[in-house]
Order: sequence, then structure tokens, then C-alpha cells
Amino acid sequence: MSRLSALLARETALAWGRGGGPMVSVGFYAGVATLLPLAIGPEPQRLAAIAPGAAWVALALASLLSLDRLFERDFEDGALDHLALSPTPLELTCAVKCFGQWLATGAPLAVAAPIAAMSLGAPVALTPLIFVCALVGGLAFTFTGGIGAALSLGARRGGLLTAVIVLPLFIAPVIFGGGALAAFETGLPWTAGFAYLCAYAAAFVALGPIFMAAACRNALS
Amino acid sequence: MTVPSSPSTGPRFGWHAFVLLFANPERFMAWSRWAAPIFGALAVAAGGLGLYLGWSAPVDYQQGATVRILFIHIASAWMSEFVYACLAVASLLALVWRQMLADAAAQAAAPLGAGFTVLALVTGSLWGRPMWGTYWVWDARLTSVLALLLIYLAYIALRASMDDETKGGRAAAILALVGAVNLPIIHYSVTWWNTLHQGASVFRSGGSALAPVFYWPAILVALSYMSGFGSLWLVRIRGEVWRRRADAAALRAARG
Repeated sequence: MSRLSALLARETALAWGRGGGPMVSVGFYAGVATLLPLAIGPEPQRLAAIAPGAAWVALALASLLSLDRLFERDFEDGALDHLALSPTPLELTCAVKCFGQWLATGAPLAVAAPIAAMSLGAPVALTPLIFVCALVGGLAFTFTGGIGAALSLGARRGGLLTAVIVLPLFIAPVIFGGGALAAFETGLPWTAGFAYLCAYAAAFVALGPIFMAAACRNALS
Repeated sequence: MTVPSSPSTGPRFGWHAFVLLFANPERFMAWSRWAAPIFGALAVAAGGLGLYLGWSAPVDYQQGATVRILFIHIASAWMSEFVYACLAVASLLALVWRQMLADAAAQAAAPLGAGFTVLALVTGSLWGRPMWGTYWVWDARLTSVLALLLIYLAYIALRASMDDETKGGRAAAILALVGAVNLPIIHYSVTWWNTLHQGASVFRSGGSALAPVFYWPAILVALSYMSGFGSLWLVRIRGEVWRRRADAAALRAARG
């Protein structure tokens, strides 16, 4: 147990402190939220119509940014070999890495998401749901994204390849979260979409580490 | 209580020999040499007959002549999913048993599947322009086929960007299995999201909704695509086996 908590502390500290930490993702997120009104036009009605969806899809894109640091640095400096040799199963190690990544970048992005949505004109009543969706969705994005990050270890142009692998896997959670937000805004029952999002996150918290560990073992072999 | 009359001796036939047809490269090369052209001839014959019947079929009372696009469209949409199933099974066999032929089969299937998917999307949007009034709608079926194409492209890109072929093959096989887990989820998510495309109409409980004059051309073209895929798949696997043998020979020659 102490091994796991030490690993979690290491991963969170590295994700927080290395290469700008959450500031890069949050900065990217703020940048996308600023560019949208410039491209679409500043009319409040038009912006308000797309605000929740835009905030949601920008979150998916922002969570792509930190993925290249999830395994790549540890793979290059040999730390991943040590982690694979430790008595902790590599599946559990991968799960802890993703969880640490989510704590360091997913949670700050979840705080930024309602602010970005409100600045685009989303109703204030929507903000709690955006925050919770961003927290759960961040979990889904990190654990599916980790699969792409692990698979592209040792590839040429790994970062771009990770995005190509991961974006199709983001389709389902983006639909579930976007559906919940749109339903809430129009006064329809929103719990179905939110429950699907939670189920997707739970499925990939369980399955993702198995695929990640297989991919890491393949890259290390 | 019965006792086996005689203990089995010598080579066993049946299941074991059947598996060896696919597991042993020598045996595979021996039978695929004849099977590939036979499948190819069958594809040309069934495709020719199917297209002839399709062209001579009367125009549909609602869709007019555009109904003929569907003879090409339906079968390619089926094949796009069927080829992914082949890719996923071959990837599983390659991962679990480290089977060289299964890995070559997965590698050979991916571009064919992507081709069928592109064909389904292009013929679908050409049909959609006169019928729905638009080339593209963000409908559930269309979106999930597009997602399938993206997963095929990710598979091909991952495979191509690894310098080490063995590692690239295994990483791509893992991705194929991730995609197999995800495709049903994507399918149901987009169905829940938005639906315009009609439901299943050829194979459904209560019999086909198609008139026989439209049913048979569609089935013949599907048969043609299936055997055409079989033929091209075998040819591509054979080419891959030869390439790997040539690589191994070049390596031996370089070592002296």
C-alpha cells in the first residue's frame, strides 16, 4: 500500500511540476475558448447556443496535450523498466499513473471548464453539471488516452500518432457528456447521458490499464 | 461402457489438420495458391451477374434509378464491419499465440477494410444527395461508419510508424482489440444521439423487406464482395509471407 501511495505521489508531483504542469493544459483550454468567439462572432445568442458543447469538446482536446508525458519520459529515461520490474503488477502501476495524471491536469481543467462555458454565455445553472461532467469525463479521457500514449511508445512522431489513435476513442464520451449538457439546458431528463458517461469512465478505468500494460510490455521487450 | 477400439496412431486428421492449414506457412502457401484465383473468379462471376440483374431491375417507385447505387452500397457497408471482425480475430490470434501468419493476415486485412469503408461512405453520400437532399448528415449509422474508418486509419498509421516490425505488429494488434471493445459502444452511443438512416431491411425477423427483384442483385453483389475480399486477402497474405522470407534471406546473406 505504501508502495502505491509513493507511486501516486511521484506521478502526481511529476505531472504537476514537469514541463509547466497543468498550466499548459489550462492555458491551451483558455486559448481555444478565446479563439471560438473570434471565429464564430461575438453575438451572445449564437455563442450561448454552442457554449456547453464548445467547452466540452475543448476539454477533450486539452486533455490530449498532457498525454505525451504520461509514459514517454519514463520510457526514455528507463524508469518504466524499473516500474515493470517492481512486484506491483504493471496494470496497477499504469492505473496509478493515469490517476495521478488526472489529479494533476484533469482536476484543474474541470475547474476551468465551467468558467470557460460561462464566459461563452452558458447559463449559470449549468455550471455544476459542467464541473461534474468534466471531472468524470476527464477520468474517461485520461484512461482511454493512456492506451494511445502507451501504444505509440517507440514510434516515430509519437505525439501526433497518440492523437490519431485516441480521438476515435473519445467519440462515445464526448457524445454522452454533450448529450447530458444539452438535455439539461433544454430542460429534458439529463441523467441518462450522465450515467452513460460514468459507465464509460468506469469501464475504461477497469479495462484501460490492461491494454496499457500490454502495450508497455511490448515497447519494453 | 464402450472402449475405444484402437488407439489412434499416425497423423490425426480433423480439427488438428484444419488448424495446421492456417498455422503452418508451408501448408497455407500450398492451398492459398489455388484458393485465391478460385475466389477471384467467383467474385467476378457473382459480381457480373449481380450488376447485370441490378441494371436490368425496374426502377424503384420512390427512389427511381438511384436504387441501383444501393446494390454497391449495402454490401460494402456489411464488408466494412466483417473485415474488422476478421482483423480483430487475426490480431487476437497473433497476440496470444504469436502466430506469424495471423499477424500477416491482420496487416493484410486493414487496407482492404478501410477501402470497403470508404466505398460505403462514398456510395452512401452519392445516394443521400438525391434522396435525403444532402451528401452528409450526422446520423448514427454514418457517424459510426466514419468512426470505423478512423479506427482503421489509426491501425494503419500505428503499424506504419514503428521501425521495429514485430513491436509495431503487436502494438497494432492491441489497438485492434481496443477498437473491437469500442466499436459497439460507439455504435450505441451514436444511435442514442441521432438516427435518420433506416433500420435493418435485408436480414430481419419476418423476412426481407426488399422485393425479390432487388433482393437477389444485393445478395449476389454481397457474395461477390465476400469472395473478392477472400481472394485479395489471400494474395496480400501471400505477398507478406514472401516479403518476410525475402527479408530473412537478405539478413542471412548480410551475415555471410
